[in-house]
Amino acid sequence: MKTGKLLSIIALLGFTVSVMATSVPEEKIDTLRLAPINVEPTPPAMQAVINTDVKQVRNYPMQPPVIPHKIDGYQIDLKVNKCMQCHARTSTGHSQAPMVSVTHYMDRDNNFLADLSPRRYFCTQCHAPQLDAKLLVENDFVDIDHLIKAKAAVKH
Amino acid sequence: MKMNRRDFMKANAAIAAASVAGLALPTSASNLITSSEQTKLEWNKAPCRFCGTGCSVMVATRDGKVVATHGDAKSEVNRGLNCIKGYFLSKIMYGRDRLQTPMLRMTDGKYDKHGEFTPISWEKAFDTMAERWKATIKAKGPTAVGMFGSGQWTVWEGYAAVKLMKAGFGSNNIDPNARHCMASAVGGFMRTFGIDEPMGCYDDMEAADAFVLWGSNMAEMHPILWTRITDRRLSAPHVKVAVLSTFEHRSFDLADLPIVFTPQTDLAMLNFIANYIIQNGKVNKDFVNKHVNFRKGTTDIGYGLRPTHPLEMKAKNVATAGDSTPMDFDEFAKFVADYDVESVSKLSGVPEHKLIELAELYADPNRKVTSFWTMGFNQHTRGVWCNNLIYNIHLLVGKISTPGNSPFSLTGQPSACGTAREVGTFSHRLPADMVVTNPEHRKHAEHIWKIPSGIIPPKPGYHAVEQNRRLKDGDLNCYWVQVNNNIQAGANINEEGLPGYRNPENFIVVSDAYPTVTTQAADLILPTAMWVEKEGAYGNAERRTQFWHQMVKAPGESQSDLWQLMEFSKRFTTDEVWPADVLAANPQFKGKTLFEVLYQNGNVDKFPLSDADPKYLNDEAKHFGFYVQKGLFEEYATFGRGHGHDLADFDVYHKEHGLRWPVVNGKETKWRFREGSDPYVKAGKDFEFYGKPDGRAVIFALPYEPAAEEPDEEYDIWLSTGRVLEHWHSGSMTQRVPELYKAFPDAVCFMHPDDAKKRGLRRGDEIRVISRRGEIKTRVETRGRNKPPVGLVFVPWFDASQLINKVTLDATDPLSKQTDYKKCAIKIVKA
Repeated sequence: MKTGKLLSIIALLGFTVSVMATSVPEEKIDTLRLAPINVEPTPPAMQAVINTDVKQVRNYPMQPPVIPHKIDGYQIDLKVNKCMQCHARTSTGHSQAPMVSVTHYMDRDNNFLADLSPRRYFCTQCHAPQLDAKLLVENDFVDIDHLIKAKAAVKH
Repeated sequence: MKMNRRDFMKANAAIAAASVAGLALPTSASNLITSSEQTKLEWNKAPCRFCGTGCSVMVATRDGKVVATHGDAKSEVNRGLNCIKGYFLSKIMYGRDRLQTPMLRMTDGKYDKHGEFTPISWEKAFDTMAERWKATIKAKGPTAVGMFGSGQWTVWEGYAAVKLMKAGFGSNNIDPNARHCMASAVGGFMRTFGIDEPMGCYDDMEAADAFVLWGSNMAEMHPILWTRITDRRLSAPHVKVAVLSTFEHRSFDLADLPIVFTPQTDLAMLNFIANYIIQNGKVNKDFVNKHVNFRKGTTDIGYGLRPTHPLEMKAKNVATAGDSTPMDFDEFAKFVADYDVESVSKLSGVPEHKLIELAELYADPNRKVTSFWTMGFNQHTRGVWCNNLIYNIHLLVGKISTPGNSPFSLTGQPSACGTAREVGTFSHRLPADMVVTNPEHRKHAEHIWKIPSGIIPPKPGYHAVEQNRRLKDGDLNCYWVQVNNNIQAGANINEEGLPGYRNPENFIVVSDAYPTVTTQAADLILPTAMWVEKEGAYGNAERRTQFWHQMVKAPGESQSDLWQLMEFSKRFTTDEVWPADVLAANPQFKGKTLFEVLYQNGNVDKFPLSDADPKYLNDEAKHFGFYVQKGLFEEYATFGRGHGHDLADFDVYHKEHGLRWPVVNGKETKWRFREGSDPYVKAGKDFEFYGKPDGRAVIFALPYEPAAEEPDEEYDIWLSTGRVLEHWHSGSMTQRVPELYKAFPDAVCFMHPDDAKKRGLRRGDEIRVISRRGEIKTRVETRGRNKPPVGLVFVPWFDASQLINKVTLDATDPLSKQTDYKKCAIKIVKA
């Protein structure tokens, strides 16, 4: 883990230095394309949904968790909410799925309702499954936990 | 990897044992930090960076980094909610490939149009730009320089840009990417009401009994507004939701009345509803008699293509497209009488009973109805007509300007209203709905800006689509793009945009936070601060103006668009850019820099640095030595105050979670044009559409006319393009957030299974999507969130490696100049 972090810092520095010092050919400038504009790249094969049921650590407590399983064909409409068949408070006993956050029982004025708030009805507005796709570019967002621990370590 | 609860506890027992034994473990080794000094986060409000909904978010910073975001519970817009993009705002600034330094195409140390992008200093970047700008203006005049801006500019960035272009360079060649998104809405408002932007507000959503979505997939594109509609629909069972589109999408999940119609036939359906209201005696005669005029619009107006295009040569009334003549109610009734249920059902492919059910939502006097529309109406070669026609319906039944009765034009971008429209960053506009073609308006602007008369040119500049054409033709040679990605976003880039950018006569500058295909086509790239790396203001779809403070520093040498615009202005003197006769008549301006004339004019530099809250960063104010954002805003606000566009004082917006203009005597306005709600409506008027001289809104007689390009034998299927929930526009921010990227990594072609089968295709097959103009490679998707009917496919445009705008047609609404991205003819073959 430590090595991984170190490597990513080196990679970051390396990239910064290379941008500063050297020139970049046209077809290498757009990280999300990496091809000349007049050439049609072959699209990657369709990726599968990560279906491990393993929770992914959230970036911060308020982040809606990503969905660690397939939801193909899940019906969420005027008639049915398939997600709540497992994630409703009353369903978690048999499903052992995490209950939707308590915020999901609150209305617009933060009063608790007896059941899911209708404003939270369409789960996929905030939650999405993850495809097994290779990242085109890394993200250097720093978890607050790392910041705090790094600072604490310096103090000691 | 898999660890059960017991294993996990065992592994952690060591830490617990150590602390029991009283050993001094470093904080980093304890399993929980509870010291408030260490866990405290600095929270500040900011509007979301993405869509026109204008959610407020709370942003946490720590040690110079954004570490968390969540929905602002105090915001009336979203009350603590965000959509999936909003929840990941914390990560949008941290893609590893942020641009860090200006880069110029160079070979052997010299600028070369075909060179490699080479890091240079800001000094060198501005030197190179200024040299090109000066030479071009000298040789060809101010019409050969131009700027393409954005509905994602902050208010003061857009304002500083308009000043630089119109008052500095004396060129109206400035247009925002909002031309692609909201121009038809603006055209509709100006034509029907004489004043821009919705009369209602989001509070309509808790008051309406019916919602009708006309070409708007709010579930994906305005997710938080969709939560409000969902809340209303599911909590009040009498409420009905009608969803109209050319293909089935996520908003259909809430639809009581789902309607899929043949592209372009919305025009006929709108006229059918007007006809139904009249035929069934449901016209609100009192309202119509008091508050409405009727006019007949010019028809056969062409498709906004190049004048040499056969369709333009064939159209009779291109030159007079915006004209209209007065008519009376009976003539209007006769005009729409042709749109009977049988013929409209046949044309649109919508069953008669559904059309009648839809019309009843409007006709029923006991039902409050709110209509929503976005790109389905606006990106339409008859977009202004669509906007006019929906107002016709609301005006006929008097369902307008009262809570829940609302024809509501939704906005795409976070400040398409606040910056692009209100500031007037369009090629024909000035602040507060004024236009360059009106001598009084020019005089007023020149007075506020303290510049001599005769600087602002009377002729509108090149609009967005025209800019690409003029770049290609070599009429526009120096071009600066800020906060947008138009090589990905502009239509028909193969034939217009790309040859324009790469024309050897032209010099293209692109300011962006990240490398994009537009930077790839540029000659000079300027690294740019984004979102909370600067102090900003946005205006959302319900006229709500929202401010935020700078919270963190931008990386490397990045600078805000505002800094770039103002610094660049220092490179020019009036003698180099203003007409000699104007300078001769106003010698006190001679030899002054544009910076002095535009931004040190006593208004913009009026407020000292000490007025800025020292608690926050403000890199631009510190750099220029005065509170530049406040000065720009206050000068800008003088345009609208007392003229129906009143904004509150600058400092108020840093405290409030947004206010809806007009803000008069400290009070915001929820519903305009209604007595008691809008301070501009005179006593005893009941309703007053004061944008028009006689206070009356206009009902327009306008027909159905066909699309610019329809499927034929060879190009046998409709293409519609648009967005997906997880990505914002061209994906330059959201594709760099791993969770959003992995939710929807690559564009696909959503297709009906029968259309796939007919072509021997299966889900996942690689295909070529081909039009007369260009092609892309993508893959077939026959499942998932979008379910097109047979005969139509949908391809989202967020993917930089699948540039669907190589395929689209640059046909525009001749009135609004907005492109129709929803309709062209293509063919699909296996790759």
